[in-house]
Amino acid sequence: MSIERMGKIGGKFLLLTIMVTMVAMLSVSCAKKAKTPEEYKIGAIFASTGPASMLGLPEKNTAEMLEKSINEGGGINGTKVKLVFYDTGGDATKTVTATKKLIEKDMVDIIIGPTTSGNSLAIIDVVEEAQIPLISAAASVRIIQPVKTWVFKTPQTDVMAVEKIYEKLQKDGVKKIAIITVSNGFGDSGRVQLKNLASKYGLTIVADERYGGKDTDMTVQLTKIKGTDAEAIIAWGTNPGPAVIAKNRKQLGITIPLYNSHGVASKKFIELAGDSSEGTYLPAGKLLIVDQLADTDPQKKVLSEYKWDYEASFNSPANTFGGHAYDAFWIAVKAFENALKNNREPTKEAIRDEIEKLQGFVGTGGIFNFSPEDHNGLTKEGFVLVKIEGGDWTLAE
Amino acid sequence: MNRPQALCYKIKWGPDTGPPRYDHNNMTFEQQILQYLITGVTVGSIYALIGMGFNIIYNSTEIINFAQGEFVMLGGLLTVSGMQLLHLPVPFAAILAIVGVSLIGITLDRAAIRPPKDPSPITLIIITIGASIFIRGMSSLIWGKEPYPIPAFSGEEPIPFFGAVIQPQSVWVMGVALIVVLSLRQFFGRTLTGKAMMASAVQPRAAKLVGIEASYMVLLSFALSGAVGAAAGIVIAPMSMVQYDMGVMMGLKGFCAAIIGGIGHPLGVVFGGVILGIVESLGAGLISSGYKDAIAFVILLLMLFFRPQGILGKTKGERV
Repeated sequence: MSIERMGKIGGKFLLLTIMVTMVAMLSVSCAKKAKTPEEYKIGAIFASTGPASMLGLPEKNTAEMLEKSINEGGGINGTKVKLVFYDTGGDATKTVTATKKLIEKDMVDIIIGPTTSGNSLAIIDVVEEAQIPLISAAASVRIIQPVKTWVFKTPQTDVMAVEKIYEKLQKDGVKKIAIITVSNGFGDSGRVQLKNLASKYGLTIVADERYGGKDTDMTVQLTKIKGTDAEAIIAWGTNPGPAVIAKNRKQLGITIPLYNSHGVASKKFIELAGDSSEGTYLPAGKLLIVDQLADTDPQKKVLSEYKWDYEASFNSPANTFGGHAYDAFWIAVKAFENALKNNREPTKEAIRDEIEKLQGFVGTGGIFNFSPEDHNGLTKEGFVLVKIEGGDWTLAE
Repeated sequence: MNRPQALCYKIKWGPDTGPPRYDHNNMTFEQQILQYLITGVTVGSIYALIGMGFNIIYNSTEIINFAQGEFVMLGGLLTVSGMQLLHLPVPFAAILAIVGVSLIGITLDRAAIRPPKDPSPITLIIITIGASIFIRGMSSLIWGKEPYPIPAFSGEEPIPFFGAVIQPQSVWVMGVALIVVLSLRQFFGRTLTGKAMMASAVQPRAAKLVGIEASYMVLLSFALSGAVGAAAGIVIAPMSMVQYDMGVMMGLKGFCAAIIGGIGHPLGVVFGGVILGIVESLGAGLISSGYKDAIAFVILLLMLFFRPQGILGKTKGERV
């Protein structure tokens, strides 16, 4: 190939590159102009299908319900809210793609979601780089610890669930406990927190057992626990494991109380474990027992309203996960409002600052007090300890 | 628990505990070991039952059917459907599920195993892996990802046994495993059809020459192993609950049992299953419950390295 020809090709490439760049720049500026100030865009990514759809579907429903009701009520200071939703299917790659699409194509001002901890961790770098606020609806404490500038989350963390259980044990004068945790991300994280916080509440862990998520029988671990002088058992897992533990505990005639994690805070656990679930405890969001809350409880109004609205709109029971999306959506809306109130244009940066400054926001998960050090803003009071009695939850405090 | 020992069996503790409880929270070491063994034999019987499904297909085709675990899952889930949708009592729902899974086994053979022309066993094994993924995916669409309970066949009141306890469902599991292994032994050893099935695997050409329709035998083996797998899924469901993805681990453990005992050997698989169950539960009880599954797979690897024909299995040359 002659040098001349190569030069020609190079020239053509240069021309092409310049043209592409110009078109791209033009389209970006066009799009920027096209963005009407009559509309605030909230991006949402939830796993409304796939393995986590039990969590993601109520989240999507809740976000859509709020979009409608806020717009019917006149929007944010007269400006309509537009929800741009993508389904992640619980897949990390899809979540990243959807996030980039929200940022680059839809140009949203803030993103709420995703549903699972794994997916949330997968997009942290993307949102940090793009400098767009994210309010995750996933549980893991690692999403906000260490603190990331642009990342917030609404669900309570494992730490708070553990503290809620330990608080009760301490009150009951318990000193020695046995723990049994599932060998997966949820169980491992719970196990670490259970071990870290035990000494703070004067507790000694005398048995530290594990089980596989698909194990058919836990009598071995429970027999081992029975051989110790533990005064309470704490099981950390999601269905069906804890139901098998509850059954085996009863069959082995173990009488020390059983505490579960918030991972079984659904009727499914009671259905699976049947009678064996009677008398067991678990920490749960207040939505489960909203009718039993004292009228003085500051969250009662929000919780009852959300429950009523959701159940009227979708004809299926409201759950805690939808509540996480409810909190995330409202926090985003509050941030827009506060920015406008402080005479700031609601840019991404202003919204972020306003979330970080938000104090005393009453949500379904608790009362949120954000700060530069705490991007979750909740305390263990977001949980209540419930006891299963007569196939239903009762407040155990 | 500082209450006086002598009073333990008389005093009703607390107003809310219902019938008086015998509070012996402290088990002696011997009682603990006994409990580990009981659990080991129960879990081992499950592994053996699943392993038998592997054996049946291996005995008539020399392929390993990795969709065996899915048969187990389907048995459980179809029973749930029979109970919830058709409102059948457990025994009828169970029979329906066993028939249903046999039909699925037949479909698997006709739709996936039969079509490839002159396939090598490895091709067929890979097909079964594909089929298992397909079945699992379909089941998650049909039944969802949630686990389902099935009530225990004869209550959940534990049977005391020298200071340890036996779950009534464990007795069912062991009983069904025993009945299935004895009937299979009888079937393969004594009946013409059973012998014909074995023959068509060992010497397909010779079998054909004496008039055995090999493809019919393969079909029969898939139906039979579907039925055995479904039975396993149904009897363990009250203990473990049923979920669309339970087949993976079940299948692997059943495969371990079959390998340890000697694949194709009818009693070997029982032996392998029970050994695996006991080693697992003793390992979890005495060493650490974190290593339970690791122990099973280490045994599998050691067997494959040093005695691939299994404990009771003979080397292939001798088998004719």
